[in-house]
Amino acid sequence: MKILVPVKRVVDYNVKIRVKPDESGVETANVKMSMNPFDEISVEGAVRLKESGTANEVVIVSVGPQQSQETIRTALAMGADRGVLVQTDEAVEPLAIAKLLKTVVEKEKPNVVIAGKQAIDDDSNQVGQLLAAMLGWSQATNASKIQLGETETEVVREIDGGLETVKVKMPAVITVDLRLNEPRYASLPNIMKAKKKPIDVMTPDDLEVDITPRLKTLKVTEPPSRDGGEILENIDALIEKLKNEAKVI
Amino acid sequence: MASLVLVEHDNTEIKGATLSAVTAAQKVGDDVHLLLAGSGSDMAAEAAAQISGVTKVLHVDSPEYSASLAENIAPLIEKVAADYTHIWAPANTFGKNVMPRVSAVLDVQQISDISAVIDDKTFERPIYAGNAIATVESVDTKKIITVRATAFDAAAAEGGSAEVVKIDASGESGLSSYLGSELSKSERPELTAADIIISGGRGMQSGDNFAMLEKVADKLEAAVGASRAAVDAGFVPNDYQVGQTGKIVAPELYIAVGISGAIQHLAGMKDSKVIVAINKDEEAPIFQVADYGVVGDLFELVPELEQKLN
Repeated sequence: MKILVPVKRVVDYNVKIRVKPDESGVETANVKMSMNPFDEISVEGAVRLKESGTANEVVIVSVGPQQSQETIRTALAMGADRGVLVQTDEAVEPLAIAKLLKTVVEKEKPNVVIAGKQAIDDDSNQVGQLLAAMLGWSQATNASKIQLGETETEVVREIDGGLETVKVKMPAVITVDLRLNEPRYASLPNIMKAKKKPIDVMTPDDLEVDITPRLKTLKVTEPPSRDGGEILENIDALIEKLKNEAKVI
Repeated sequence: MASLVLVEHDNTEIKGATLSAVTAAQKVGDDVHLLLAGSGSDMAAEAAAQISGVTKVLHVDSPEYSASLAENIAPLIEKVAADYTHIWAPANTFGKNVMPRVSAVLDVQQISDISAVIDDKTFERPIYAGNAIATVESVDTKKIITVRATAFDAAAAEGGSAEVVKIDASGESGLSSYLGSELSKSERPELTAADIIISGGRGMQSGDNFAMLEKVADKLEAAVGASRAAVDAGFVPNDYQVGQTGKIVAPELYIAVGISGAIQHLAGMKDSKVIVAINKDEEAPIFQVADYGVVGDLFELVPELEQKLN
């Protein structure tokens, strides 16, 4: 079985986000970038399936600038086999990313696509579902357990209020949630080995996909700030404030 | 302008997040229709017709809609989409699962998780876990939008008298099937619907200690939540998690107990009206967003709070 895993290079989740003074976006220059954390989980999930013999090839694909090769290398060091970079310096929206991934799926013919449920920069939570619909495939989003099969796959999904189990026909797109696994750190020998693994580079033009944005970002601003309030002496003071000042109890 | 709102329901009742999506839809025009797809769902359709401000309910009742499978619901929306300029759904695990499938077929760049409607093509949405707010304008002729429920007041569940129109089913996709679900059973209100929430963090030290919070919750008719640290430590199940990767909540009162206030937790609760923090570390970032803080040992303060709440 062949697994395709899309990954995205994003601002590292530990970095404090700063809005640019001209409100044109978020500062990304000289900021630490990493693989989207949900994508690390999908890479880990795919690599484990390869290690257990269920899958025989894991292909990583990314859409982004030249530096996204580093993100692909990280996935290769975790145990994936090879990479595909659709290189562009433009900001690509989820709809266009899904169109690019569709052309890659048509070339690579994977049995399953395992993706992160959302990227932590744009927080859209769309690409997996878009891709599934464009391909006419089934989907299982927010997976916390995957029982991969040749013709059918059982997935436990995290939904509001609990868990849901669905059975999807293969091929399928599965998006993963936090609790599927804990991603490994790549070992030094594997990082060295990953440098020799191949990465194919192509452009949106090569794939004949129009990536013109459909959303104009008019401005990006800081969220309304909350000021810290008062530190109270004791519980009596707290109850008094909640009853008589805030009037919430 | 004509809006269609996809209804989330359990065949009997309408889920609250749908009511917030209705409010958002009303901000671009008065012509708001609902689409309710279910199986044995007449009661839900009747309830939908009573939502204030709704003019029509498209109701389809067929076995393929017994579970909320995106592969079956998306083609139904596509069938009726031509009549609408805006198609809305709640931005929860239901709406997020279904709407991109519709966007793909209609070739529309969906606008996810909006927190404000500026005009019929311009919306605000939080990005970077709520650490920035983007104002975006859509150039697509049709808009597909998911709505952050906590950012909009719920439309009144009663007072309307919409016409209910039966429409044809779109058929079984054959792509997926529902096997079952395990929903957390609780006498307490659901996190996203509660007026008061008391949440515990790593400082709770164990799952058993959450009983202290439950006692307070019982007195306040509150829901119990947790930080990601507490969930990852195995103290409570993952559906307790408040935060960017869990539930986004905005109750009247949020009590954070033994929670330091990581960015990802704050993103999930900072729109609460009143925030209380109880923590032994006076430097904890949670105090920077709290309206009221008490510094001290939660194992003394929480039982005291419980006793004195009468």
